[in-house]
Amino acid sequence: MKRKEFLAGMKAGMPVCVGYFSVSFGFGAMAIAQGLTIWQAILISASNLTSAGQFAGLTVIAAGAAILEMILTQVVINSRYALMSLALGQRLGQNVGTLKRLAVAFFNTDEVFALGMSRGKNLTPAFFVGAGTVAAIGWTSGTALGAVAGSLLPVSVRMALGVMLYGMFIAIVVPQTREEKPILISVILALIFSCLFTWVPYLNQVSGGLAIVICTVLAAALCAALFPVHDEEVAQ
Amino acid sequence: MIYIYILVMAVTTYLIRALPLTIFKKPIKNRFLKSFLHYVPTACLTAMTFPAILYATEHMISGALGLAVAVALSLWKKSLIVVAVASCATVFIAEYLIRLL
Repeated sequence: MKRKEFLAGMKAGMPVCVGYFSVSFGFGAMAIAQGLTIWQAILISASNLTSAGQFAGLTVIAAGAAILEMILTQVVINSRYALMSLALGQRLGQNVGTLKRLAVAFFNTDEVFALGMSRGKNLTPAFFVGAGTVAAIGWTSGTALGAVAGSLLPVSVRMALGVMLYGMFIAIVVPQTREEKPILISVILALIFSCLFTWVPYLNQVSGGLAIVICTVLAAALCAALFPVHDEEVAQ
Repeated sequence: MIYIYILVMAVTTYLIRALPLTIFKKPIKNRFLKSFLHYVPTACLTAMTFPAILYATEHMISGALGLAVAVALSLWKKSLIVVAVASCATVFIAEYLIRLL
């Protein structure tokens, strides 16, 4: 792992760290409310590093449901990571070995993935792991503090901090829509599908994680059919 | 028992992330699949952001304002952290003003 790349990743990961801290604070507080110990809450965050998956997992634990239900819940909610990992693997290129890939995989969250992809062809495993490490520190320490303090920060501050992650996504997506027309169209399509899955009856019964997968697949597949990329355009 | 749940949860999540990364090492040749993966990141981030951002705040209007500020600043090519902090601040101020009214 190149040190300079790792440090660059850590620096880029700072806003994610802050954003995660506030979200996981809520998770920590909620885990305690559901009857888990502080250490169990911390262990979940340190070993999972997912937001929606953990919140759903907490519900499964609290309900004392079957282990199979835990597996199914995680597969459905986290299936978008499979898509992201596939895209990430292509971006990293053939020369990156299995061990580095296994390390990268652990840190593949929505936000760290977004940061990594924003680096384009210059993405290195060291950068990714650097950004992921900072994010994981924010996520785990936020959980710890949330579990200990319940609700130290006023709700208004926590809520505003939660928007930080969305702000980051927007900052990554919008500039790309200006450079490539098909990207703009993929964004508009995803936007439409996502609204349908939120507001149309029956469709809005689909769980959030699965809905994201469906929206992504539909939008990306349509654009791939309409605007196939040329070899030189595709970042390896 | 809780620890078994946690273990299963962690292993399942990790496998979902690790398998696609380690199995498909070689560059994908299929043009459709390549194009598909080219469009995945922005489509996915978009689907996660909207309309979720409207429900992340107490009042929808403050989420919408945060979104508008973030889009405007991104069009203006401001850095990640500037955009993120500005949309945060917008939401905080908007929520504060709504409570005053």
